[in-house]
Parts: sequence; C-alpha cells; structure tokens
Amino acid sequence: MTNKNKQETITTKIWNEIPEDDNPFAAKVCYCSGFDVYGDLLGKASYIEYLYLLFKLEPPSQNHALLLEGLAIALANPGIRDHSVRGAMNAGVGGSTHASALMAALAVGAGNLGGGREVYNMVKYWEQCGTDINTWEQMIKEPPVEERADVWQPMEHAPGFDPNGDSCTLPVRQVLEHMVKIGESENLKWLQANRERLEKFAECPLAMSGVAATVLYELQLSSDQAEMLYLLLRLPGAAVHSLEQEKLGWRRYPFFGDGLKLQKYNPTENMG
Amino acid sequence: MGAIFPGEKVVLRGKDVLKELKDYRWIEYLLFGITGRDSPHLARLIEGMWLICTSFPDPRLWNNRIAALSATTRSTGVLGSAGALAVSEATIYGLKPIQGVSDFLYRTSEKIAGGQCLEDVVKSEVKKYRGIYGYGRPVADKDERVGPLMEFAQSMGAGEGPYTKLAFDVDNYLGSSRLKYRINASGVVAGLLADEGVTPKELYHIATLTFTAGVIPCYIDALEKPEGAFFPLRTSRVNYEGTTAFRVWGQ
Repeated sequence: MTNKNKQETITTKIWNEIPEDDNPFAAKVCYCSGFDVYGDLLGKASYIEYLYLLFKLEPPSQNHALLLEGLAIALANPGIRDHSVRGAMNAGVGGSTHASALMAALAVGAGNLGGGREVYNMVKYWEQCGTDINTWEQMIKEPPVEERADVWQPMEHAPGFDPNGDSCTLPVRQVLEHMVKIGESENLKWLQANRERLEKFAECPLAMSGVAATVLYELQLSSDQAEMLYLLLRLPGAAVHSLEQEKLGWRRYPFFGDGLKLQKYNPTENMG
Repeated sequence: MGAIFPGEKVVLRGKDVLKELKDYRWIEYLLFGITGRDSPHLARLIEGMWLICTSFPDPRLWNNRIAALSATTRSTGVLGSAGALAVSEATIYGLKPIQGVSDFLYRTSEKIAGGQCLEDVVKSEVKKYRGIYGYGRPVADKDERVGPLMEFAQSMGAGEGPYTKLAFDVDNYLGSSRLKYRINASGVVAGLLADEGVTPKELYHIATLTFTAGVIPCYIDALEKPEGAFFPLRTSRVNYEGTTAFRVWGQ
C-alpha cells in the first residue's frame, strides 16, 4: 500500500548526496559507493578507475584497471568506416545537432553486427560455455533460438565473430595479445589459444566485439553491463569524426549518387 | 496540458480524449495537441504536404541512412528510426530549414510592413546568414516537390495567401539574382501554413515526425539484405589528409 504523504524516492546503491545548507536541490557532497567524489576521489582515482567503480561499486584491482584501460583505448575509435561512426558522420555533414550524431552512433552501433547487442550475446555465451570448447562448438553450431518475437533480430552469425571477414585482422589480434599480456586472465588466454578452432566453428574470424566481450566478461560484468559499457566506450570516435565531417560539409562526403539500384517491385515478394 | 487517469479517462487540452476526440484522425489529434486548434481542413493540408515533401524512402538521404545503417548492423527498428529522427534536425535539410523559413517569412513580412523593400530585406538576410532557409537545395537544383505541393494546396483552397505570395516573390528575386537559389518545398510549406496562422515553432513541432514514413522503409529494405551489405566501404575510400609522419608515442 502506498503512503500518500510519503514522497516517492529513487533507490540506488551507486550514488548518495548531502544537500547544500541553503538549497535542498543542490548537492554539497556526492558519494559514489561511499567515496566522496569531489572531495576525495577527484585527483586520486584515474578516469578508468572511476568508470569501473561506477559499474562495479568497488575500485578495480590493478590488472582489471589495466584491462579496462586497454579496452577503452581499443574501442575509443571504431574507425572512420565503422557503421556507427558513419551514422555520426551523417549527422555531421547535414549540420544536425551534436547530440544527434551520438544518438545515431548509438542507434547504428547497438546491433548484432559489431554492436552492443553482439557483445551482450557473446557475454551470454561466455556465461554458458566458460572455457569448455565442446560447449562453445555446440553453441556456435546450434545457437539458441528464441521462440518469442523480440525487438532484436535473431543473430545471423556467431556473436563476437565477423561474418564478412576473411581472416582475423591484425588489430583484433594485437588487442587480444595485449589483453593476454596485461590481464592475467585465463579466459583471455583460452580465447587466444582457441581462436582458430572457434573461428572454424563460426566459419568466420574473431572480431573486435569478441575480444571486447571477453574482456568485459573477465571484468565480471553482466551481459547488460557489458553491452552498456561497450556502447559508451565507442563514442569518442563517432564524436570527432562527426565534428570533422561537419566542417568539411556534405559535398565532400559520399552520397553514393549512382549507388542505388531500384529493382522492379514485386508486391507478393515484399509482403509481410 | 494532459494526463491519463488510469481506468477512467485521458485528457488533452481540457478535452476527454476517449469521448470528445475519439473520432479525430491521428493528424488532427497531433495538430490539436500542438496548437489547440480543431481543424480537419488544416490537418488534411498538413498531412498532404508531408506526403509530398518529407517522406521520401531513399536510403542515401542523410537521415534515412541512419535507419539503413541500423538495419545493416541489425540494430532495432525503433533505434534506427529514432536516430534518423534526431538527425533530421539538420541544417541543410529537415527541421532547421522548416522552422527557419517560416521564421524568415514572418520577419520579412513585418519588415516590409514597416516600410522596407523585399530586395533589401533579402539582400540583408543573405549577407548576414550566407543563405536563406527554404531556398536552394543540396544535391539537386530543382525541387520536384514544389509543383505538386501547390497543386495539392490549390485543391484544398489554399495557396493564395500573402505569405505564400511572399515566399514566391522571394523565389523570383533570388532566382534572378547571382545566387540562383530557387524555392524548395520547405519554403512553400512555410508560406502555406503561415497563411493558416501556424507559427514557426508550431510548424517545427508539427514537422517533427514527418520523415518517419520514409525512414522505416529504408530500415526494412536494408534488413532484407545481408548484414553489413549497405554501401560497404574499402579502406581505399578513406581520403587521408593528415600528417604523413609515422610517429611513435612517447618519443
């Protein structure tokens, strides 16, 4: 039963505030999981350590901080041809608002192909398979099928692998190598040792999203947390490429003027 | 403005939605929510305009492309549409010109009423802002929408008002100037709706969702093709103009 005299509140374990003496709408002290953010943590913690704290409510161990630092760099710019960055650049060249550039990057970068949902799905695979190669083989070859319709499309490839790739690219291998070197992680070592076998099961090479998902799983983030952090970490590249294209303008950005071929429309083929 | 009373009723601008507004068309409801006006005629005029002007399903158009890119990466339809909608608040097309040209027509009309001549007002606007929203168009010079738009407006008994006339007077002047800018659809829409008393901010809100009927087919089209297949780019498509030095971090 609701007490009508009691104000509704926001429940959190992350954030606590003490009000200013003269204004109940302004915070004087802000605590993140017990740490005084502006009076203590600022100047002591690195950005990466604070980011970890926000998600995990505990400071990271040294190797977890190193892993997240490495991942943040690996993901900061997915590259100018990445779909999410292209979404942001589309906003830039049209003179759209800067927030919309990031919204476009998030919308495009959220999906099953190289996006947040792919990471979500691969973390789920990790949770189920661990380092059991046989279970991975089964999961990849006979992926789980959701009976109910969802807003997300079913996966069309093994999560964490690139269906359009020919071989595992050098940056993916370099990031994996770096993570293995700094992470003291059995999962990452296992991924590196079994990459080629997994790629055979998936019939395509490991992707950056696959390395990212493994690192996020190693950081003991849930699939939801992993998806969210992956979305966040990929935005810097979208931001700067959008700003650059905004200055250059739409005339210097591909419009694919002759790239569209209109096929004869067949109503029965296109119904449903 | 409005509220839902669970299990009882829904109210918008003092009207019971389920009783008093239940026979509205959706566009009439949108118009009522934004302006408080009950006008099937104006709602139909707006609906016809959006069909002719803003719901073009071409995935190359910058806002539509967000939806197509979202589909090619297998993101959700709503994320693709919402991203496209957010991007539609653009400068070279979309919401900024739509609101901007309406604002321009109102300001210009006031200045002319105050004794200035159209030529001076337009020249001053161009000098100050390097262009006028509603005139000129990226990619194409001619706007194929202007003729059908005026035909539709005239079929609705619109198109003869002072703001529409002003919009075309500016078009005549700019077309004969060195700029050669011609009126585009947003200029015509702004004139027609200003004649109906729609303000720039009302027009902005009314136009917010107009692109979605063109956006969603772009998403569906790309979804029916293999993932990642929407205009894939090789590394050779990167025209790098930055430093040619290969630098080493920390050295």
